[in-house]
Amino acid sequence: MKTTQQLEKQLKRHSKAAKLEIWGKVVSFSALLLIVAVVVGIIGFVASKGIATFTSNHVNLWDFLTEKKWNPGITDANGKPEVGALPMIVGSFLITILSAIVATPFAIGTAVFMNEISPNKGAKILQPVTELLVGIPSVVYGFIGLSVVVPATRAIFGGSGFGILSGTCVLFVMILPTVTSMSVDALRAVPRYYREASLALGATQWQTIYKVVLRAATPGLMTAVVFGMARAFGEALAVQMVIGNAALMPGSLVDPAATLTSVLTTGIGNTVMGSLQNNALWSLALVLLLMSLVFNLIIRLIGRKGRLQ
Amino acid sequence: MFVSNDVSTTGTMQERHIVQPRDAQHPIVLSTEELHVFYGKKEAIYEGDLQFARNQITALIGPSGSGKSTYLRSLNRMNDRIATVTGRIMYRGVDINQPDIDVYKMRRRVGMVFQRPNPFAKSIYDNIAFALRLRGTTDKHELDEIVETSLKQAALWNQVKDDLNKSALALSGGQAQRLCIARAIAVKPDILLLDEPASALDPVSTSQLEDTLLELKKQYTIIIVTHNMQQAGRISEYTAFFNQGRVLEYDTTSHIFTNPQVQITSDYVSGNFG
Repeated sequence: MKTTQQLEKQLKRHSKAAKLEIWGKVVSFSALLLIVAVVVGIIGFVASKGIATFTSNHVNLWDFLTEKKWNPGITDANGKPEVGALPMIVGSFLITILSAIVATPFAIGTAVFMNEISPNKGAKILQPVTELLVGIPSVVYGFIGLSVVVPATRAIFGGSGFGILSGTCVLFVMILPTVTSMSVDALRAVPRYYREASLALGATQWQTIYKVVLRAATPGLMTAVVFGMARAFGEALAVQMVIGNAALMPGSLVDPAATLTSVLTTGIGNTVMGSLQNNALWSLALVLLLMSLVFNLIIRLIGRKGRLQ
Repeated sequence: MFVSNDVSTTGTMQERHIVQPRDAQHPIVLSTEELHVFYGKKEAIYEGDLQFARNQITALIGPSGSGKSTYLRSLNRMNDRIATVTGRIMYRGVDINQPDIDVYKMRRRVGMVFQRPNPFAKSIYDNIAFALRLRGTTDKHELDEIVETSLKQAALWNQVKDDLNKSALALSGGQAQRLCIARAIAVKPDILLLDEPASALDPVSTSQLEDTLLELKKQYTIIIVTHNMQQAGRISEYTAFFNQGRVLEYDTTSHIFTNPQVQITSDYVSGNFG
């Protein structure tokens, strides 16, 4: 009888390892809580500041999204501040979509070469090169854009050389490694037996690539492109250096223009907290934030659709 | 006195015993001559020359890693990018191991079914029509007809004839494997290579698959790698026993199973090793 009680007592006493486990759970849970708090805090802060333009400064949301004049310090003839964000929204979308359109074929082509045509060379040469490109700071890309792309654009198309076209060229190089390495992952996830089945049926390697491998990898490839677009949409510094930073509706691809991010980086230091100028910039930041949420949502939807297949 | 420890000299058992098929009704359609397979510098097959008789089933048996799958995959050059294959693979008098052979055309004559059922994530119909469309067959009637006859030959038609547009991924393992066979025979190959086609299947599906193979042998020459010796015994006319990269014994299946001439074969087929 006594031994039973002793055994129970012994078993109920937590060992050092069991205590450590509880401690580990506490630590990882608090890390999670901190991250959640930071994310919620950022979204809340940006949202409250961004909405202030419409609540405290009484700017019409529709005007904000559709008006073409951005000059928050000045009021127009009707006494309304000029906070039309359309040029920047258009600029951001244009530059994002164009750079994705240019980068996608190169990225998928490179990924196909790395994974299907020459895996050895791909692993030895292209993989490190791609990783290197990811690691180059965006200011370096911007600087190269400023000293090479802008003069080249100027020489070929005339004008100042600053504009959507230069921005697209720089962003194309910047998002290429991201889209490429994610495309490689997507191709790598296609089971080897798909390829073997196709080859054994007499399909050529090229037929196998475009009829079987690329089809099977489509959700992954789409995710790669959307990731690239999210990166392009959010990129600030390099774009700001080559786009010209004129908050005007771009008449052509070689006219100076602006994106949401470039207006933010150039303007945020020159405004006073709480002023309309400042709040208007926060509204732009809110648009950016919402758009990255949309990109995330698209990626998740594609991922879910891919799993269902 | 000098004592040799060579196994072939101890007792009456031989070290190798190779009897190539000689049957006027079933001439040789495929054979290998001096075939060697290397993975990098490692030699995986160094004695493996076999001849295969038309419209017969030849089973390749042997323990894991004996080289039987490597040998089979070399026959339609599926090892091209993986291994180095030297020697000649004679298909109806033509060496198909020459570098200037169009392997894609060749593989339409020497088809292959894999261990794991591997239908594409397409409909049942599109799986079978895949290779035909690549070949340029676009006529709907012709495709319909080939899909139907292929599925019938693979004994799958009655189960799927109303679901041809459903995804092939919804099929059971046995059905999927028979779809893969139907897909392989849709291009009307001459020779069908099967790499352990039943190893992922349950006994009932396995038995149905064996019936299908016995039926298919009337039109195709079949070479099958199998781990299952009973299966080799049930369906094949000839059996080759592989061990450590060599064919140790090749003869009619009944000889291999009732009167093996090599000690290791005897041990293997009686279940003493492997």
